[in-house]
Amino acid sequence: MLRTIRIKDLSLVRGERRLFSGLNLEIQAGQAVALTGRNGAGKTSLLRVVAGLLRPIDGAISFDGVSGELEAEVARAEGLHLVGHYDGLKSTRSAWEELLFQTLWTGGCEASARVAATKLDLDRLLDLEVRRLSAGQRRRVALARLLASPRSLWLLDEPMAPLDAGHREGFGAVMAEHLAGGGMILAAVHDPLPVPCRVVEVGG
Amino acid sequence: MKAFLILLRRELALAWGNGGGPLLALAFYACVVTLLPLAAGRAPERLASLAPGIAWLALALAALLSLERLFERDFEDGALDLLALGPAPLEAVAVAKCLAHWLAAGAPLALAAPIAALALGASPHIIPLLIPCALAGGLAFSFLGGLGASLALGSKRGGLLVAVIVLPLYVPPVIFGAGALDALAGGLPWTGGLLLLLAYSTAAVALSPIAMAAACRNALD
Repeated sequence: MLRTIRIKDLSLVRGERRLFSGLNLEIQAGQAVALTGRNGAGKTSLLRVVAGLLRPIDGAISFDGVSGELEAEVARAEGLHLVGHYDGLKSTRSAWEELLFQTLWTGGCEASARVAATKLDLDRLLDLEVRRLSAGQRRRVALARLLASPRSLWLLDEPMAPLDAGHREGFGAVMAEHLAGGGMILAAVHDPLPVPCRVVEVGG
Repeated sequence: MKAFLILLRRELALAWGNGGGPLLALAFYACVVTLLPLAAGRAPERLASLAPGIAWLALALAALLSLERLFERDFEDGALDLLALGPAPLEAVAVAKCLAHWLAAGAPLALAAPIAALALGASPHIIPLLIPCALAGGLAFSFLGGLGASLALGSKRGGLLVAVIVLPLYVPPVIFGAGALDALAGGLPWTGGLLLLLAYSTAAVALSPIAMAAACRNALD
C-alpha cells in the first residue's frame, strides 16, 4: 500500500530533445493529478518514468508506504498499475482469458476479475475474441484489471479517450471510489478528469 | 513461482492457439525434409549419409521460423509493459516465453526428427541418441532464438535480422549434435559430443535470459 509518491527535480531527454526539466510533484493518498500539455510534451513519458520503464536523465522518484520509504522496485511491482495507449490484449484470445491473465499476473484472483467485469459492464463481452471488440470495449477490458487486482497508484494514459459518455461516467465513479479508499491517480488527459484533481502542465 | 506458471500457461495457450504454431513448424519441417531428396538426388546411400545432418538443419530452421515474433507481439500491443511491471523479473518472463516455445514447438519437432531421419534412410540404431540430442539442441535453439528476437525488437524486417543474429549461435549445437550422431553411426565414441551439446544448452538456458531481459528493457526505454 503506497501512501505518497514524490517526484523530485525530474528531467527527461528523449533522443535529442529535452522534454522537461526540474519537474517536482507530490501525490498523497486520496489525491488525483491530471497531467496536461500539448501533444508530444512528455505526458506519456512521465507516466513511464514513474512506472520505471524509462530512465530519467536526472532527478528521483520515491515511494512511501505505511511504514516509511519503500524500495522502488518493490513499490512498482506491487503498488502500481499502468494502462497506456495500447491495451496489451491479444487479439485472438477471448476477453475473459485476457482479463483473467492480466488479473492473475498483477496479483488478483478469478473472483475479483468477475466482479470487476460486472462493474465495468463487460459481462456480455467476455466470451468474444478481443479482435471483435471495439476500441472502447477493449479499453474497458484493460481498465478492469485496475479493479480486479487492487493497487494504490493508477497511472492512466488517456484512459477515457475511446469510452462513450455513459461509460465515462461509470469510470468516473470507479475513480472516485478508488480515491476515497486512499488510492492515487496520475492521469495524462486532454479532457478534464471527472474527479477532483490538481492539474499539472507538462513541458510548459 | 506462481506468477511464472501463470505466464507459462498463457504463452503455451498463445503458441498452441492462433492457427497452430507447432503444427506449422512441423509442416515446415516435413517440407524441408521432403525437398532434400528432390534437391540432392534419390540415391539411398547418399540420402542415408545426409539424413542426420539434414534433420538438424531442418530443426534449426523450423525453430527459427516460429521464434521471430516471440517478443515482438507483446511489444507491439503493449503487453510487454504489463509483463515488465509484473511480479516476476523480466529474466523470468524471458525464461517462461522460451520454455513455452520449446514445449510447444521444439519438443514436438524433436519427436518428429526420428521419423524424418528414418524416412531419409538413416540407420535405426541412431534413433535413441537422436531424440535426446534434438531435445537438448531444441532447448538451445529456443533460448538463443529468443535472444535474437529480443535484440531485434522494434526493428523493421526483424525476421531476417533475427536469422542473422541467431544462426551463428546455432553453429555449436549443430556441430556437437551432428558430430555425436555421426560418431555413433560410424561406431566411434559419441558421448563427448552429447556432453558438449548438453553443456552448451545449459549455458544458453542459464545466460541468455539475462541478455533477453536487458534487450527488452532497452527496447521499452
